Amino acid sequence: MTIQSEPVLELRNINKSYGSVKALTDVSFKAFAGEVIGLVGDNGAGKSSLIKTISGAHNPDSGEMIVDGVARHWKSPHDSMMAGIETLYQDSGLAPDLTIGSNIFLGRELEKKGILGKFGFLDQKSMERRALDELEKVGITVPLSRRTVSQLSGGQRQAVAVGRAAMWAKHVIILDEPTNHLGARQSLEVLKVITAARDQGLCVLFISHTLPHVLEVTDRIIVLRLGRVVKDAPTTEFTVESLLGTITGLNT
Amino acid sequence: MSTETNTEIPVSTPSTASVFRLMLTRFRRGDSGMIPIVIGLIVLGAYFQIRSSVFLSTGNLTNLMVQATIFVLLGIAEVWLLLLGEIDLSAGFNAGLAGAIATILVDTQFHWSWYFAVGLALIASTAFGALWGFLVIGLRLPSFIVTLAGQLGLEGLVLWIVDSQGTGGSISIHEPVLYNIVYGNFTPLFTIIFIVGTVLALSFSLIRKNASRASRNLESVPMPLMLIRIVGLIIGGAVMIWIFDSNRGKFTPIHGMPFAIMIVGVVLGACTFIMNKTKPGRYIYAIGGNAEAARRSGIAVNRYRLMAFMMTGLISGIAGLVYVSNLNGISDSINGGTLVLYAVAAAVIGGTSLFGGRGKMVHALIGGVVIATIYNGMALIQLGAPQQYIATALVLLGAVTIDSLARRGSTIVK
Repeated sequence: MTIQSEPVLELRNINKSYGSVKALTDVSFKAFAGEVIGLVGDNGAGKSSLIKTISGAHNPDSGEMIVDGVARHWKSPHDSMMAGIETLYQDSGLAPDLTIGSNIFLGRELEKKGILGKFGFLDQKSMERRALDELEKVGITVPLSRRTVSQLSGGQRQAVAVGRAAMWAKHVIILDEPTNHLGARQSLEVLKVITAARDQGLCVLFISHTLPHVLEVTDRIIVLRLGRVVKDAPTTEFTVESLLGTITGLNT
Repeated sequence: MSTETNTEIPVSTPSTASVFRLMLTRFRRGDSGMIPIVIGLIVLGAYFQIRSSVFLSTGNLTNLMVQATIFVLLGIAEVWLLLLGEIDLSAGFNAGLAGAIATILVDTQFHWSWYFAVGLALIASTAFGALWGFLVIGLRLPSFIVTLAGQLGLEGLVLWIVDSQGTGGSISIHEPVLYNIVYGNFTPLFTIIFIVGTVLALSFSLIRKNASRASRNLESVPMPLMLIRIVGLIIGGAVMIWIFDSNRGKFTPIHGMPFAIMIVGVVLGACTFIMNKTKPGRYIYAIGGNAEAARRSGIAVNRYRLMAFMMTGLISGIAGLVYVSNLNGISDSINGGTLVLYAVAAAVIGGTSLFGGRGKMVHALIGGVVIATIYNGMALIQLGAPQQYIATALVLLGAVTIDSLARRGSTIVK
């Protein structure tokens, strides 16, 4: 793990209100390439508001967001994707009836060269080859690439979804509860892909209620409570109990 | 990275045995779809042949295929929308409208050239498809209701324009091009050239695709399976040539493939091509399977939904032209409501899901031929409409039951 001096993502004093409800208050943190950051907090602590701000689903009322050294304002989630931030929402966001390769390139298809490409003809073999190669980089081997996603287990599906985010993200991937609804073994598959994505030099924001997973996979944990960052410390400083205490506010 | 740490999505090199195993698991999961129905078709064919010796005569088989064209074309039209989890209940009367427009414009007092008449008919059916699309997408109305209203409205429109010609509620076709869609045949030589050419082109593209996949180290089809497919294609082609090029005339000799069969082949080929090889096809599968994921991937979801509605309209229009040619005209007793239900049944019997995402254009062909077989065979053994309806009902129920039971045992979560 290499932590560079320049953060790939920095938030400065982000504020966000919904009507009279203050969702985020002066949220600031830095995130570096090659680290997995756990973002934890109770329901209503502001996790969703924060990831929506970073992914461009909505705009903060005030505050600055700096991505790779450049101050950014998103007009849509598409802008954040273009700037190298991939977000994976709770349901995996894959099309069940398309093959793994087709899903990896969904919305970013390679077209055939020349006139055929202009008519929307796809270069399927190049896409499939590249998809397999890129998935391999994050530790997913797909011998039967023409399987549809519906034929995979929940863990494999989520691993492919994380692999897809890792392939397209230049800087940050945001994972919202990626191990929700998964069994222990299946979660392990997903956590492995997360570690592999970090080793590729990406910054991973890992949002989860499953505290053992957070402690296992993250390098640093940011705890939100009532819209504020109450703690930002290396994972080694936490145990499940102390983390739970910080989330609920029993110990500060 | 060593393989132990990898998340392995199982099954290793695709040997012939493993591909067969995969086919077996797919079969159990209900993904094979077509295999049981093809077996069912053979059983049906054998039964009808035992009961009536003319069933497998080349004349009757040609007749059966012509009867199937309307179900297959309307079925293809429906698959476009079924893949999105939508439906078009108006397709039957949209076909009727296109048929009526073309018939009236080439005959009666207008005497238009057939290409203008056909062009206008197809524009009209496409426009109605687009209208349903706008209502469903723009106003977020359910397609079932919009096209149910469309069915009633188009029925009224068809009756109105047919009856207003003052020909007693039916208009027959005298114009040769429209008449010959069904009753005109290619020469036997061209039939052979067309079928042999199709078989060669399909075999060549199978081989080429497989070789290029293998050269990029992608999953490819093992040689024995490849041979089975190609031999299957050749046998299929030979049977088609035998059926079409044998004399089927009673008094004067009749040879060759009816034009309507080629129309079905071209429409089926084009639609399959769009679905498998192009962006719009891939996006329609994506939207039908998970519209939210498609939207998040940056796909202009509504544009492709509208396109599907328009394609349904266009292909319904083509079906209508074949329909009026087959009936030698249009009458105000056309039952577009039953036609569209047969079309949906054809797609579903073939294996297309009503819930979006799962299905193929070729399902309409398989299902349409099944329905035409029941229709044709039961007429031959002198069973009437009541038995035909009941038999079709049983086949449809059987097909969806097999599909749904197979899927319940699978891991597929919709």
